[in-house]
Amino acid sequence: MAKRILVRSMLHGGLLLITAIFFLPTLGLFITSFREPSVVTNSGWWTVLTDFWNVSQFTLENYFNIIEDENLIQHFWNSVQISVPATVLPILIGSMAAYALAWMKFPGRRLALVFMVVMLVIPLHITFVPILRAYLGIEDALPIQLTGSIPGLFMAHTGYGLPLAVFLLFSFMLELPKELFESAAIDGANTWQAFWRIVFPLALPGMASIAIFQFIWVWNSLLVTLIFIQPGSPKAPLNVVVTQIGQMGQDWHNLTAAAFFLIIVPMIIFFSLQRYFVRGLLGGSVKG
Amino acid sequence: MRIRPWVPWLYMAPALLLMGLYLVYPMATNFVYSFMDRYSKEFVGLANYVWFFNNPDTLETLYNNVLWLILFVFGVVFLGLAIAVLLDRVPYEKVSKALIFMPMGIAAVGGGIAWKFVYAYAPKGEEQVGLLNAIVTSLGGDPIAWTINQMSVFPIPSWSLNDIMIIIVAVWIWTGFSMVYCSASYKSQPRELRESARIDGANEWQIFWRITIPMMRIPLTTITVAMVTFALKLFDEVYVMTGGNFGTELLALDIYEYIWTFQHWGRASAIAVVLLIAVLPFIIYNIWDYRRRGVI
Repeated sequence: MAKRILVRSMLHGGLLLITAIFFLPTLGLFITSFREPSVVTNSGWWTVLTDFWNVSQFTLENYFNIIEDENLIQHFWNSVQISVPATVLPILIGSMAAYALAWMKFPGRRLALVFMVVMLVIPLHITFVPILRAYLGIEDALPIQLTGSIPGLFMAHTGYGLPLAVFLLFSFMLELPKELFESAAIDGANTWQAFWRIVFPLALPGMASIAIFQFIWVWNSLLVTLIFIQPGSPKAPLNVVVTQIGQMGQDWHNLTAAAFFLIIVPMIIFFSLQRYFVRGLLGGSVKG
Repeated sequence: MRIRPWVPWLYMAPALLLMGLYLVYPMATNFVYSFMDRYSKEFVGLANYVWFFNNPDTLETLYNNVLWLILFVFGVVFLGLAIAVLLDRVPYEKVSKALIFMPMGIAAVGGGIAWKFVYAYAPKGEEQVGLLNAIVTSLGGDPIAWTINQMSVFPIPSWSLNDIMIIIVAVWIWTGFSMVYCSASYKSQPRELRESARIDGANEWQIFWRITIPMMRIPLTTITVAMVTFALKLFDEVYVMTGGNFGTELLALDIYEYIWTFQHWGRASAIAVVLLIAVLPFIIYNIWDYRRRGVI
């Protein structure tokens, strides 16, 4: 009996410790972002816990400063302008391809599916130099800007996101009852009407999973962004700017406020729609 | 509904066009560029590859990737599995799971900064505002500059303390993923199986190794393969924490540096090919796995 109590308390102790380790860095970030700059370097953030309800020790100053100094609203807006098209485009374009793959029989269908899977798992790193070369070549020939531009980046994300969108939507549409399609055929609908009126609305829950996964993926994506948009550019999204602030030194009050500003959007989506995110993640874990 | 043979291709055309432009064409061209000079103008034969395999810096990068491959993958899979199995036995499972999964949403930039703060260093005698050094000094130790310290921890010199400290951050981010995956699989196992083993006198340890693990073979392999490829392609965590300085370079950071910092695109393409070859066995496994599940 004594042994059993010992084992149980070790289990609870271990699990609570692990949970704390997973939670404490975020808590420290959060608390520090609301502390006066002068006290941040003089005492650890955990010291506020002894007198937590004393609200006067907290301030919004860091947020106001960082938003003004770094023009964070503009960079936040850049992030939105990149992430929204990079989410909507692959899903719209991908749903059409998925519809053909799931509901039509045609020679080459299997090959097209294998192609999607191969594209899904290939590392994106192998595409960077040629895409940049092509972008620069187009810029020489035509009066458009692709490198360092928001469309140049979200189009790349669209191409990169397509295999996953097609593949997950294909799996999702395959599950829809076949009778729907047959009854649409009897009613005389053509393939486009069947797609827009029947398949597209029914595939919306599947699209939600992919949308949430892809949005958070693009919002947080650092490497792909840095390849196309240089740090310091006015077009840089929020995560690049926050990384830069982090590399400038140890201004913890500014840095933690900037980091919190960055993670608040994915966190809201994440907590309100966690179920969808997990589903997208399980499918997307092999993404290149 | 009668469908003309070109109709499905019409629906797939926009997707195929974009994937052709952003995936197929670049992949093919990247091989060509890897045999060319920094401006992609003249052929240099194997020079970029010869350089890669004879350069102490890039070899250190390769060693670092191997360290990540071992520690990161083991950390994520082991912790995720252990947490999933243990949390199944306690009433606060849901809350713990939400908190452990949260870093997945915070991601590398936010998480990297949170941990930079945990690792913050001030010289001995000054107030330590970093949690880890505060603990170390309160136990009587000397503060350590965790992300800079290149103290060798393993017999291989490039495997140093700061590499491990960054690996911890990545494990912290990705454990939630492996926990959710393992937990779903564990909960789908019939409880009666473990109950009857208990009645037969098996202890928890035996049940774990002889029933739980063998039944989770497939999900565990899936996570391991996903994490191995992830470790080979990893960029964000290291870039945020050290920018690849202090001997923490990885292949993906080298690619980025040879594109923008050194602007040698022949070498950048060659490193990308090396990365692809390293990932290739796992790509083939993934394709085989899709076939096995009858998806394609």
